[in-house]
Amino acid sequence: MTEVLLEVSDLKVTFAGRGRPVRAVDGVSFCVYPGQTLAIVGESGSGKTVSCRAVMGLLPPAAVVTGSAAFAGTQLIGLTDDQLRAHRGANVAMVFQDPTRSLNPTMRIGSQIAEAVRAHRPVSKAQARERAVELLRLVHIPLPERRCTEYPHQLSGGMRQRVMIAIALACRPRLLIADEATTALDVTTQAQIMELLLELQAELGMALMLISHDLGLAASYADDVIVMYAGRIVEQAPAQRLFSRVRMPYTQALLEAIPRLERPAHAPLPVIGGRPPDLSALPAGCSFAPRCRHAADDCRAAEPPLAEHEPGHRWACWHPVGGKT
Amino acid sequence: MTPNEPLLSVRDLVHEFHTSGGVVHAVSGVSFDVRPGETLGIVGETGSGKSTLARSVLQAPRPTSGAVMFRGTDLTTLRGTRLLQARRHLQMVFQDPFGSLDPKWVVRDLVEEPLIAYRAGGRAARRRRADEVLELVGLDPASHGRRRPRELSGGQAQRVAIARAVALSPALIICDEPVSSLDVLIQAQVLNLFERLRTELGLSYLFIAHDLALVKQVSDRVAVMYLGKLCEVGPGEAVYREPLHPYTRALLDSVPSTEPGAARTAATISGEPPSPVHPPSGCRFRTRCPRAAELCAAQEPPMRELATGHTVACHFPLVKPAGAAGQVSPAGAAGQVSSARTTLRSEEIKETP
Repeated sequence: MTEVLLEVSDLKVTFAGRGRPVRAVDGVSFCVYPGQTLAIVGESGSGKTVSCRAVMGLLPPAAVVTGSAAFAGTQLIGLTDDQLRAHRGANVAMVFQDPTRSLNPTMRIGSQIAEAVRAHRPVSKAQARERAVELLRLVHIPLPERRCTEYPHQLSGGMRQRVMIAIALACRPRLLIADEATTALDVTTQAQIMELLLELQAELGMALMLISHDLGLAASYADDVIVMYAGRIVEQAPAQRLFSRVRMPYTQALLEAIPRLERPAHAPLPVIGGRPPDLSALPAGCSFAPRCRHAADDCRAAEPPLAEHEPGHRWACWHPVGGKT
Repeated sequence: MTPNEPLLSVRDLVHEFHTSGGVVHAVSGVSFDVRPGETLGIVGETGSGKSTLARSVLQAPRPTSGAVMFRGTDLTTLRGTRLLQARRHLQMVFQDPFGSLDPKWVVRDLVEEPLIAYRAGGRAARRRRADEVLELVGLDPASHGRRRPRELSGGQAQRVAIARAVALSPALIICDEPVSSLDVLIQAQVLNLFERLRTELGLSYLFIAHDLALVKQVSDRVAVMYLGKLCEVGPGEAVYREPLHPYTRALLDSVPSTEPGAARTAATISGEPPSPVHPPSGCRFRTRCPRAAELCAAQEPPMRELATGHTVACHFPLVKPAGAAGQVSPAGAAGQVSSARTTLRSEEIKETP
């Protein structure tokens, strides 16, 4: 592949509140290449969203971020708010789960998009307005001129998410991060939005990061998948490979627990007990060991490093599914 | 009531809301049965009316018209204490467990509360029953029983809600998106709990969710709902293998799959559901249907039984072309995709030890 667009290395995020500090992200490293679709999957509290917000500089001041995140050679960690603002929008943009909360309910759609355009580009109001219509057309909103004069409540959830994508694309970002962007939508609408994202990605040559709890979504739409557990990456592989040759027992447990259409009705789902560990008091060794079927003494003694055991396939486990290579 | 008689029989249920913007046709003439020991799954998207349907079966609020026969009695004709008594054997579990649990109460009292409401036994007997059902749902009466809802995880809180529902030994539990707020591993645990209770207590469920795979996992029969009407009802396996309604096909194709090599199907249906204030004439799906013809606008398709126990409301259902003519219909093409998925699946099983 070509040069790296975003290189994150040894990213750590700690929230210092009352009591013990919470290590939400613990040494995460990954790369994003131009045109790539990378999915980061994990359960609530696995650190997938916090990792991305750290890269975007969107965490509250209570968060202590260390490590490195280089975007096309520019170091992002430690930038001032003004420097970050210039970087966001032009280079990286983000679409969130709830479009209703991201849009201003008292402002017309067109003005909201125009505002985003003018925040980053020195253009006139009329030009920004024109660009807003153009962007709505780009995200396949019918009658864009009319929609510009409407308010968010007049649009459906799917349409509002399209508006959010239009705002995110206002400055032609090189990387778009979709954080659970389709989670609140129906499956048929989700399919439409995902197709739109992939189409725009191909058209604009963007890289796309999908943050999701949904392994199915990652399997269907991503080139590469990262699985996170308790603030760490536990497995990473090309999507096709991950789902046909899963190595990390946690990923396997996730895959088995999803109800799927191919399964017969009433067959018990294979489940694992326990809950993700308390991030302020992580156990020694592998953080998944207390819930793992394959756990042995060495798992509780030392933390398995995330290493590329097979070409393109990284995992962090002493006793991977399917044996050692 | 004979054993073959349905436990719940809903006929021509209509639920309308009068708003300043007009009449919302949330549920428009829905009929179905739930047999004893059976799970009927209802799948539908946002605004399909599935949650309104659940509430109108419970008479909370009462439907506009139609009959809801539960154990031989029409709930729509009952009032006051007689309705309350009839509803004792009909319980409900909602999506947000924290929303249905009083934050100030401890778990034990929360589970005892329905027993008090129905004056079921003395204080000691009620306490015993509360501890019994807590154990049944996998919670420890001694430790979890003393906690308040905020001290519980989402999965534990949903177990408490389930314990409350089973405390009065109901015959039928209506579940409205009971696991959609839970993470996948916890979701699997709660789904398994529902299954265990079904076999141990001989329960029936009316299981409502937007996730087709999830509904199929727990259901004997599946009903697909669109804009206030049922479009297809049949055995779960048949609805999945040979869907008859174009909307069911579209739903199936939109589900992202983790099967290796499963081809991603191109956008299945475009557009969005029309407003329930002005539903389309004839078939309500016709505005988004690839097969729609003039007939679909003129006439509402009646429910027809095309295979044993498999009914569809469609003028042009997706029946397999007779013989090996290889007619390239939307159904034929989609059928090939799903058989390709099955082949890959069996290879994967061989490969993974």
